Amino acid sequence: MCLAIPALVKSIDGQQAEVEVGGVGRKVSIFLTPEVKVGDYVLLHTGYAINIIDEAEAKETLKLLEEIAGASGE
Amino acid sequence: MEDRILLAHGSGGKLSHDLVEKNFVPLFKNSLLDKLDDSAVFELSGQLAFTTDSYVVTPIFFPGGDIGRLAVCGTVNDLAMSGAKPLYLSISLVIEEGFPLADLRKIMTSVQEAADEAEVKVVTGDTKVVNRGSADKLFINTAGIGVIPPGVDISGANAQPGDKVILSGSIGEHGIAVLSQREGFKFSLPIESDCAPLGKLVAEMLEASKKIHCLRDPTRGGLASTLNEFAQQSRVGIRIEEEKIPVQDAVRAACELLGFDPLYVACEGRLVAVVPPSEAEEVCTRMRRNQYGTHSAIIGEVVAEHAGRVVMKTSLGASRVIDMLVGELLPRIC
Amino acid sequence: MRFIDEYRDSGLGKRLIDRIKRRSTKPVRFMEFCGGHTVAIFKHGIRQLLPPTIEMLSGPGCPVCVSANADLDKAVALARLPDVIIATFGDMVRVPGSYSSLAQVKAEGADVRIVYSTQDALNIARSNPLKSVVFLGIGFETTAPTVAASILEAAQEGINNYYILSLHKLCPPVIKAILDAGEVRLDGIICPGHVSAIIGSYPYGFVPRDYGIACVISGFEPLDILLCIDMLVAQIESGRPRVEIAYRRGVRPEGNQRALEVMNQVFEPCDASWRGIGVVPQSGLMLRKEFRRFDAEHAFKIELEPPREAEGCLCGDILRGVKTPPDCKLFRRVCSPEHPVGPCMVSSEGSCSTYYLYGGGYGG
Repeated sequence: MCLAIPALVKSIDGQQAEVEVGGVGRKVSIFLTPEVKVGDYVLLHTGYAINIIDEAEAKETLKLLEEIAGASGE
Repeated sequence: MEDRILLAHGSGGKLSHDLVEKNFVPLFKNSLLDKLDDSAVFELSGQLAFTTDSYVVTPIFFPGGDIGRLAVCGTVNDLAMSGAKPLYLSISLVIEEGFPLADLRKIMTSVQEAADEAEVKVVTGDTKVVNRGSADKLFINTAGIGVIPPGVDISGANAQPGDKVILSGSIGEHGIAVLSQREGFKFSLPIESDCAPLGKLVAEMLEASKKIHCLRDPTRGGLASTLNEFAQQSRVGIRIEEEKIPVQDAVRAACELLGFDPLYVACEGRLVAVVPPSEAEEVCTRMRRNQYGTHSAIIGEVVAEHAGRVVMKTSLGASRVIDMLVGELLPRIC
Repeated sequence: MRFIDEYRDSGLGKRLIDRIKRRSTKPVRFMEFCGGHTVAIFKHGIRQLLPPTIEMLSGPGCPVCVSANADLDKAVALARLPDVIIATFGDMVRVPGSYSSLAQVKAEGADVRIVYSTQDALNIARSNPLKSVVFLGIGFETTAPTVAASILEAAQEGINNYYILSLHKLCPPVIKAILDAGEVRLDGIICPGHVSAIIGSYPYGFVPRDYGIACVISGFEPLDILLCIDMLVAQIESGRPRVEIAYRRGVRPEGNQRALEVMNQVFEPCDASWRGIGVVPQSGLMLRKEFRRFDAEHAFKIELEPPREAEGCLCGDILRGVKTPPDCKLFRRVCSPEHPVGPCMVSSEGSCSTYYLYGGGYGG
C-alpha cells in the first residue's frame, strides 16, 4: 500500500546498499533484508529495502500473462 | 581583492564600481553597457515584446546549469514565446553579504555565455548587497526586450479545433536535476537540466510557417499546466497521447522514486507549439534540425469537445483528465 | 525499469481486459483497499475498461486520510514547541487539522522538514544535537518496520534527541471493521501489495473464511491490477473464495519475517482512532515500554484543544466506501487540492484528490 519500487543492488556496505533504478542511484538501508546479495532486486520503500524480489515468480507471472493473452481467442 | 561580497560592494562607492568595472563589464563587452550611463539608450522599431522574471532557484548550481544561465534563458524564452527575436537584457543582482566572489564570477560567466549563445546583449544592470540572512545567497532579475516580426500573431488564446500540438523534446529534466541537488534527495543522477535559449529554434519555426498559433515553454507546473493554460485561454479541449510524450528513462525512474508525474515537472529548454494541421509536419521537421528540438514530436491535437480540459489517452487505451498542477509537488510515501 | 515496464504492456493489458469481460457474468463489487491502488486504477483508466458487471469502490487505505484530526493537532502542537524539528513525509504537510496544519505553522516559523526516509530524520538528529527531532510515524505495515528500524539504530548509536509520534495503523483489523460494519456489500477485496510484502497472505485468511469474500493480493502496475481482478472474477464465478497472491514477485505467503520481528520488537498493537470509522480495537501501533523514551507523546508536554471536524466534509463516509467524492457537496466547489477541507483531498492517494486530478471518464 505504499510506494515501493524495484531496485537493483549494486554494492553492499554493512547495513547500507547502493541500489539503482533506471539509471538513478541511491543509498538505502538493508536493515530489513540483511540476506540480500549484489545483483538481487529489492523493493525500495522510504529509503529501505523491504523485500527481495522473487525473479522466478516474476518470470512465472509474465508467462501466465502471455498465456492468457495467447489463449484470448476463446 | 576580497574573496567575499561585502555590503560595501552594493553601496555605489569605489568597491561597487570596481566590482562592476573589473568583473562584469569586461565579460559583456558591448558598446551600450560600456558607456555605464544610468540607462542604455537605443532605437528600435516594430512591434516590441517586453518581459521580466526573477530567479530564486536553489541550489544555485545544479547539473547542466546555474542560476546565471537560467536567468538568461528564462527571459530570452519568454520573449521567444511571443515570436519575438530577443535583443537586449537587463540584469539585477541582489547578493547576500558574504557570498563568495569566485561563485559570483562563475555565475556571471554563465550569464555571458548564455547571452552569447542566445545572441542577446546585456546592456544595463544593477547590484545590491543585503545583510547576511536577508537573502538566500543570490537572487537575479532579468528583463528583456525583443522585436516581433510582422505577420506573427502568437497567443495562448489562438488555438483552434483541428490544430496539432507539438512538443520540442523530452520533459522533466530541469526539475529533477534541481531536486537531485537539494538536501535530502541525494541521488547520483545522470540527469542534466535542459536549460537552453530557444530564440533560434523559434525563428526557424517561423521560417517554416508564420501561422503558428500558440507557443509556450512548460516551466513551473510542467507540460500539463501549459496545456491547461492553452485549453482555458482558447476555450478548447486538448487531447494528447501518453505514448507520444518523450521522457528520458532516468527521469521516469527518478519520478517513480519521488512519486512525481513527469507531466508536472518543470522544463527550462522546451516549448509547446500549437499549429494548424497543414503546417504541423513541416514545422516539426524543421524543429528536429535544431539542436534543442531533435526529439520534437506531435503529441496531440486541439478539439472542440470538453473545452478548457486536457485529456490524455493512456497506453491501455483509456482516457484520463490531466489537470493543472495544484500546490507544490510533494513526495509521496504511501 | 525492470519489474515495472513489463507489467505495463498495453497489448497484454487489452487481452486481459477482454478475458475479464468474457468471464464476468455476475454483478460484483470490489474494494481496493490501498491508496496506491486507487491512484494506479485511476491513472491508467482501469475503471473505464472494465465491464459493467464490475463495480469498484475505494477503501480506507490511505494512512494520511485515516489519521484523525486529533492526531494532526498533536503534530501541530509539537511543531510549535521551541527547539523541536518536525521531520515528516510530504503528504502530511498540508493536511488540515482541527485549527491549523503543518504548512501553516511552518509559515509561522516552526521548523518542519520534509524527508523521504527515517534515515534522513536520523541525520537531522545527528546534525542538530541541541534540538529534538520528532518524526511523524505514519503508514501501515509497509512503513512501520522502517520506523522501528530507525529506533533500533538510534538506540544502538545512543542518539538521544530522536523521537517518534506513532500514528501507524494495521490493515487486517480495519478490513475486519469495514466488513463487520456491513455498510457496503462486497464480493472481493484487492489487498494491498506492499503491506502484504511485509505481513504475507496468512493474515487475510479470515476474509474468505468468515465472510465468504474473495481476496487477492495485487501489485501496482496495470497488468498486476488486471490480473488481480481476473483472479477475483474467477473466484466468484467458481464460488470458491480464498486468499490468493497475484503479486507473486513481491509477496511471499509468510511475508518478510525479519521486518515483522523488527516491527514487533519496537511496537505493540493498541486501539486506534480511524477517521470516519471511529476506534478500531488493536488496529494501531504504539512504542513498547522499553522504547518509550523515543515516544514524542511522553517526552513532550503538549496541550490540545478539543478536536473538531470540518463541517460538510464527507471524508469519513468516503473512506468507508459508503459515498464517493462527487457525493460530497464541498467537492470541487469549496474543497480542492489548493484549498482542501479534509485529508482525502490533500493526500496524493486520497480518494478525493484522485477523483479531482484524474477525473471521471472522458470518452476514449
